[in-house]
Amino acid sequence: MPAPVLKLSHITKRFGSLTANDDISLELYAGEVLALLGENGAGKSTLVSILFGHYTADAGHIEAFAKPLPAGDPKAALAAGIGMVHQHFTLADNLSVLDNVMMGSESLWQPFTRRGKARAKLLDVAKRFGLSVDANARVGTLSVGERQRVEILKALYRGARILILDEPTAVLTPQESEALFAVLSQMVAQGLSIIFISHKLGEVLRVSQRVAVLRAGELVAQARASETTQSQLAQWMVGRALNPAQRHPAQNVGEAVCVLDQVSTAPARERLNEASLTLHRGEIVAIAGVSGNGQGALAQLLCGTRPASAGTVTLMGRALPQKPAQLVALGVARIPEDRHEVGVIGDLPLWENAVAERLQSRTFSRFGWVRRRAAYAYAQRVIEAFDVRGAGADAPARSLSGGNMQKLILGRALVHPQRDATATPKLIVAHQPTWGLDIGAVDYVQRQLIAARDAGAAVLLISDDLDEVLTLGDRVAVIHDGQLTPARPALAWSREAIGLAMAGAGKAIGQAMAGAGAGIDENERASA
Amino acid sequence: MRLEKRAQNSAIALALAPVGALAFTLLVSALLVLWAGAPVGQAYGLLLKGGFGSVFALSETLTRAIPLTLTGLAATVAFKARLFNIGAEGQLYVGALAAVAVGGLHGGSGLALPTPLLFVLMMTAAALAGALLLLGPALMKARLGVDEVVTTLLLNFIVLLFVSLMLDGPMKDPGAMGWPQSVALQDELTLSKLIAQTRVHTGLLWAWTLAVIVWALMRFSVQGFNIRALGANSRAAKFAGVPVTRTVVLVAMLSGALAGLAGAIEVAGRTGYLTLDMSPGYGYTGIVIAMLAVLHPLGVVFASVFVAGVLVGADSMSRAVGVPTYIADVIVAASLISVLVATSLTQYRIRWK
Amino acid sequence: MNADLFANEFFAILANPEFWVAVLRIATPLILGTLGVLLCERAGVLNLGIEGIMVAGAFTGWLAVHGGAPLWAGVLVAAVTGALLGLLHALLTVGLALSQHVSGLGITMLASALSYYGYRVSFPKVSTPPTITPFAEMDWLNVPILAQQSPLTLLALLLVPLIAYVLYRTPVGLALRMVGENPQAAEGQGVSVAALRSGAIVAGSALMGVAGSFLTLSAFNAFFFNMVNGRGWICIALVVFASWRPGKALAGALLFALFDALQLRLQQSGSAVLPYQLYLMLPYLLSIVALILVARQASYPQALMKPYRKGER
Repeated sequence: MPAPVLKLSHITKRFGSLTANDDISLELYAGEVLALLGENGAGKSTLVSILFGHYTADAGHIEAFAKPLPAGDPKAALAAGIGMVHQHFTLADNLSVLDNVMMGSESLWQPFTRRGKARAKLLDVAKRFGLSVDANARVGTLSVGERQRVEILKALYRGARILILDEPTAVLTPQESEALFAVLSQMVAQGLSIIFISHKLGEVLRVSQRVAVLRAGELVAQARASETTQSQLAQWMVGRALNPAQRHPAQNVGEAVCVLDQVSTAPARERLNEASLTLHRGEIVAIAGVSGNGQGALAQLLCGTRPASAGTVTLMGRALPQKPAQLVALGVARIPEDRHEVGVIGDLPLWENAVAERLQSRTFSRFGWVRRRAAYAYAQRVIEAFDVRGAGADAPARSLSGGNMQKLILGRALVHPQRDATATPKLIVAHQPTWGLDIGAVDYVQRQLIAARDAGAAVLLISDDLDEVLTLGDRVAVIHDGQLTPARPALAWSREAIGLAMAGAGKAIGQAMAGAGAGIDENERASA
Repeated sequence: MRLEKRAQNSAIALALAPVGALAFTLLVSALLVLWAGAPVGQAYGLLLKGGFGSVFALSETLTRAIPLTLTGLAATVAFKARLFNIGAEGQLYVGALAAVAVGGLHGGSGLALPTPLLFVLMMTAAALAGALLLLGPALMKARLGVDEVVTTLLLNFIVLLFVSLMLDGPMKDPGAMGWPQSVALQDELTLSKLIAQTRVHTGLLWAWTLAVIVWALMRFSVQGFNIRALGANSRAAKFAGVPVTRTVVLVAMLSGALAGLAGAIEVAGRTGYLTLDMSPGYGYTGIVIAMLAVLHPLGVVFASVFVAGVLVGADSMSRAVGVPTYIADVIVAASLISVLVATSLTQYRIRWK
Repeated sequence: MNADLFANEFFAILANPEFWVAVLRIATPLILGTLGVLLCERAGVLNLGIEGIMVAGAFTGWLAVHGGAPLWAGVLVAAVTGALLGLLHALLTVGLALSQHVSGLGITMLASALSYYGYRVSFPKVSTPPTITPFAEMDWLNVPILAQQSPLTLLALLLVPLIAYVLYRTPVGLALRMVGENPQAAEGQGVSVAALRSGAIVAGSALMGVAGSFLTLSAFNAFFFNMVNGRGWICIALVVFASWRPGKALAGALLFALFDALQLRLQQSGSAVLPYQLYLMLPYLLSIVALILVARQASYPQALMKPYRKGER
């Protein structure tokens, strides 16, 4: 066996009482894709951050190309030929592609930049790996897929021989993912090594030669991709056998609760463009799409934080009110996408966050003064009913873990303010409700949504996770560039059709489906 | 050097922070006193004595603390909502101007209204003037994204020139022999003394009452929640249904009104008329006080007494040992910076690496 | 007619070369200060310390010259003073990631208080401020209007293309802009955000110090209290007006100085019918108007006022 290009020995990293990486040893060889598999919070990101010098390990050391790699120094990692493609791109929107790529590649104190030379080198690298891009374009004007290409080019431009990709497919359509995989195989063929971080089992087996599985900070298993199965990987990842996700179809679909008719929102980075949709009592309508195609606008519209510029939205037969407090009073339960930055106010205590949406109601305030006892009691009920584990109602919401924060948000949306009242919300708007949660919390949140639906709520589930959309959704619509396809029963969609609709071919799905399927088959053959 | 967030705020650090900040400030000032060629121990002794050492000293300190409490509250309310109001100085002056306009002796006699009514009218006018002055920058920030720091700072200069214009023109005291000084307030409108033969006036009770009211508002009212939520996280506040523009307007009105009242109470309680040097930067010092009080309305009461004591003590010390009075400004500024550093070190630890 | 008279006077003012000499003189500290703010903000750090740093630069530069140092040494002293105060700001905002607003105001207060204190310690009992011999006009320069300026004005004008070149044509300039747009990206490419931001603050603050020294070593010959008089805040507004570009900063400073010189002339001219305070208000009002005008399309450096802590996401 040849010498490894990268060797991690006994890496340990603690954050306070949490051990994010526990004595991890791992090797990477030339010309292979090593998948790093694990749940959110298993320690994947911490491990690569140490590798790339963003964090310093508490113990252990790293060798790259048989030379020790200095800890905590991104510059040394770059010099050793390690490149990193972050999940959240690290690009400056206001600068050009060339500026983004060449920044930091020249000696800082050189009296002038050699732009001509840099441009030639960039185009050369781009050609070699099949990553076409306009060097002069301002990054802010590029699509997500193009930005990812720039991010990869940045690493290759610096002569990376080892490339780390952190959840690279999270922002891509299935078709764009395939294109990425093709680029990766081209890189491997040219002798580069790749660490591919993911929590998606199928794609891990599809793209990698070897898989290393992390769980709760420990390296629990390593295997050749050809010698393992999805269920085996899942068991390693979760620590127990995992039941395949089961569908719980709706039983009792009732009358229309919320109707969107040709709704548009004002032009912005993300908008709705003549979208129509009907949500009924007792069903979950799931929206699939590549993030940034109007999901945010749709969620904000129904959460009362963005007005419609055209079209009509009705809630139970009346025009949808504009203010969050009115929506909440009418029984709209809102679960925003970004729980840390939008869902809760981190510096304020749990109990204030629990009543934040309903503070205007007479239950929790009188003559402008907060009824603290009532508010506190309500918070306690939410905490108990939804098992929010933390340092109690007076602790700042920021101190909660992601899962418990989501339980708090879910709880305040679903628990009725009056004691004994069992009224379920009329409408639940859930935007990425399980994003970034561990499997236990995902399961919990999903079961709560299903239970609320069975109790008669209309649920709008917006998610980037196709599996979630297809398992939970009774009907599924796809959003692209602010436009919604008609919502069709989940079982009527094939993955290929959804992928095409996500890429904007929603209107021509019928004819294109056959061709697209063939295309993907070909790709699969080519890389196998 | 890098910062690492502490898992828990260290109790020791929390206790040591103010002590360390004070020690550092005293050290810096000691060096400056030495530079001026004065004995350090004696200078500090005199400063302490001049600020707090006698009934007279204390009365002077409390007198000085009155406008500082109010401007400190103005900064606290605004900063809590992340509205960086650096214009309290200007708001104080327009407040004083409005007070004199309503309650002053114009052409020998004032407005012919019952005194209590006129008093309320005077205070309302002052509060309103301060509030309206801040409303512009606040709305420009909320609607257009214009940085309120720069606009409020620039407005301070504009207001001072406007006051100067008024003191040269319509509000000029004809009996002041060319000195830029406004007409005097009606005698009935001036605040009575709290302690005989000192300058402390009932404005102190006003200031302290307002501090308690502001504290209660911030802590127990829906609007207080809105203000704190908006400052802590504006996106989350908006999602929760906090009316953003309305809250910004409210904060601006409240903060500006407090600063405006500082001006009116200063006129009614201490000077009796308005001059261009009425405030030696009370508006700016209010920001320091708010920071020293970690934006807690009741803390402002104590922080303003401390700062006022330093200012008053430094005055008397400088007369005695020949250290320039500017030492007080140095102490105030240095304590601001060292308190900032100290509080940050309770939340973060430095790793030299 | 009164209006005719006014118009005549107006054009007489504009036709007078002395007027343009004054414009350039007024513009000089603004150009220097605005460039200083621009450097800091391009790296992502607001520096409200400028007002105090200008006071400190004016004082220390003047004090050095009064103590016998050559004029240029005075300028250097002012620059070093500015740099040291900048270092403090960098320590607070970059090192400790404190609020840039509050830290800057603290530095303004500290720097002005220290300067006034130092002045009073050095000259306890003077009734009229002591004077120095300021920079002479550049008679050797054969360019009208410019020949009647101080060499510091020439320095300011030369710094504009220099800083533009550094920002747009050198690796360090690119890195600086990147740090102000996306510090994570810069760190990921091996550039130290802390070092670059600190460097930018120190360099920018040095320029602010020089801007202050122009007042005592060139515009006047003594140190007065309140002599900076809000010029620092105006520079902060000018940078927004200039969309963080050196060329536009120069244009903005000149335009501003034009109005300022105009109001001075009108104030002194025979047909001045308005109280002088209204004329003096004009510069501050103009700054606010400028901010409102560009507010909609202002493209702030994306990371401005956002503290960056390494290893935190």
